[in-house]
Amino acid sequence: MTIPTLQVEDLETHFPTRDGIVRAVDGVSFDVAEGEILGLVGESGSGKSITGFSILGLIDPPGRIAGGRVLFKGEDITSASPERMRSLRGSRIAMIFQDPMMTLNPVLRVDTQMIETVQAHEKVSEAAARARAVETLKAVGIAAPEERLLAYPHQLSGGMRQRIAIATALLHSPDLIIADEPTTALDVTIQGQILYEMRKLCRDTGTALIWITHDLSVVAGLADRIMVMYAGKIVETGPVATVIERPQHPYTRGLIGSVPGVLPRGKRLFQIPGMTPAPLNLPPGCRFKTRCSRADTLCDTLPELVELHPNHSVRCHHPHDARPLTPTESAA
Amino acid sequence: MTAPMIELRQISKRFVWRLDLASRLANLLGAGIRERAVHAVNHVDLGIAEGEVVGLVGESGCGKSTLGRIVAGIMDASEGEIRFRGKALSAMTEEERRDYKLAVQMIFQDPYASLNPRMRVEDIIGEAPVAHGLIRRSEMGEYVEKLMQQVGLDPRYRRRYPHQFSGGQRQRIGVARALAVQPRFIVCDEAVAALDVSIQAQVLNLFMDLREQLGLTYLFISHNLAVVEHISDRVVIMYLGRVVESAPTEELFAAPNHPYTKALLAEAPKLVAERRDYTPIKGEIPSPLDPPTGCHFHPRCPFAMARCKTEAPPLREIAPGRMSACHLNEMATV
Repeated sequence: MTIPTLQVEDLETHFPTRDGIVRAVDGVSFDVAEGEILGLVGESGSGKSITGFSILGLIDPPGRIAGGRVLFKGEDITSASPERMRSLRGSRIAMIFQDPMMTLNPVLRVDTQMIETVQAHEKVSEAAARARAVETLKAVGIAAPEERLLAYPHQLSGGMRQRIAIATALLHSPDLIIADEPTTALDVTIQGQILYEMRKLCRDTGTALIWITHDLSVVAGLADRIMVMYAGKIVETGPVATVIERPQHPYTRGLIGSVPGVLPRGKRLFQIPGMTPAPLNLPPGCRFKTRCSRADTLCDTLPELVELHPNHSVRCHHPHDARPLTPTESAA
Repeated sequence: MTAPMIELRQISKRFVWRLDLASRLANLLGAGIRERAVHAVNHVDLGIAEGEVVGLVGESGCGKSTLGRIVAGIMDASEGEIRFRGKALSAMTEEERRDYKLAVQMIFQDPYASLNPRMRVEDIIGEAPVAHGLIRRSEMGEYVEKLMQQVGLDPRYRRRYPHQFSGGQRQRIGVARALAVQPRFIVCDEAVAALDVSIQAQVLNLFMDLREQLGLTYLFISHNLAVVEHISDRVVIMYLGRVVESAPTEELFAAPNHPYTKALLAEAPKLVAERRDYTPIKGEIPSPLDPPTGCHFHPRCPFAMARCKTEAPPLREIAPGRMSACHLNEMATV
């Protein structure tokens, strides 16, 4: 059996604050196989981005990984030396951020930055590095890549910058890409182009992809598997069709019911009452119980993530039946 | 049919980059630097009937926010005429104009930037109605409490500052502030774009409830098609300053006419777990500083003809209540 590209085991990331420890990621475990696209979905404060940063070892002190392991192709990288991490980051594992200006240096031309990235991990001539930059820019759908290489980031549109950030991530054909809301700031037609190209790249190269987003509808057409996080914990995970069509956790069902377009026009949207609990003030037991219509005394103890069907796990004492979400039901 | 509540006639807005002293001096020496103008809104006609919800959709730089600001009276149009209840703004007296500005209120995208961080919630909501003499200062507390209840905020929090509220609650404060002057018409500029999905649903429900209770009319500006489809009676699509299509919501989503509308609908992410293997439309949105000649969409349009490069198609009626600006429609009828 082949080893998954990424194995995350019981990951815990903590941020000490004056008022106590914020458990931003609290016991998260999952695998990503070669060529698989995992959609990591959650609202603000769910810990989805911190999970991504933790895998890459990008947590700023005083925040720290307090427990668990991250295995990249079987190698434990939570305990890896800084040198080892540096050689992995940008070559074997790449990250794409929401704001491409987090990746791009505003005072350097695109070619300087891309060639530097190539030469940081491989001994190749500048001409060869430039040729590779042109190749990858073409692969992400940039017309006239030679000209774009001579531009400064501010001369390019937002969509173009994000493509360059993606191309930079692809320079070393990484085994794993972590993409943190890379299309959220982009227009619909540009987002469509980027989703299309990312999907094609993963299919062609066998790169594993973790796509972090708050928007279920973006990953619905992209991911193979979806993982929903709430307040630092995974609440539901399964194949994309199962989670979207037959969600069993009340939070996932609520989230899907809240998306306009599922219900007939003009009907009141399903609303999850209240808001995400403050990370320092989580309710004991199930973290969703204060907003859940099914909660009872059983929910004062934290439910385990249970595999209810093959590959479909839910963290709930009172999961819904595995039947499709109907418009009338979600409106109730 | 009754006259529209608000009517825009041939509204245009140009932002001109004026020459500074240095450029003018350089021009004296023959540098030939010219003024540059962005045609943000380009001869737009739009009528909104009382009680109607019109969704205005477009991508960044299409002029939808500028148009919203012109309607709300925050910005003046460079050309064209706005009529409110049949009367042109230019013909209004000072007092009528004030009534218009009170009747039309705006809710902004960013609930963090649109509230003064140094004012208490009760002053944010209560200031305008007191200033305009709608209520006496002594009645302010009670008035603010009533409004906070109406938008789903706990009135006990009225002495708090904006930073003590979450994003969704702040957006409710923005709604309460707009409602405080008893408007008839509300311009929502990306009012739910910055909110999490579950909070977005709460605020959209609030908009629909308020419409029912108060009979409000909305101009709902958004780039999110699913939101617009859900809330609007009619949808207007803009591209680079021009309206390209306008139709009742059901008809537009069932059978889009303009190639740009078709592309937008095809590419909007939907909550359906199926692989979509379409080929996305090519290219980027052109710079509004230097828009393409003829039809603005022709460089990206899969159906572009020679004529599209030279001649801008006018917005014409293609069916009752449906307008579209595309040369293809003429071909079909000939």
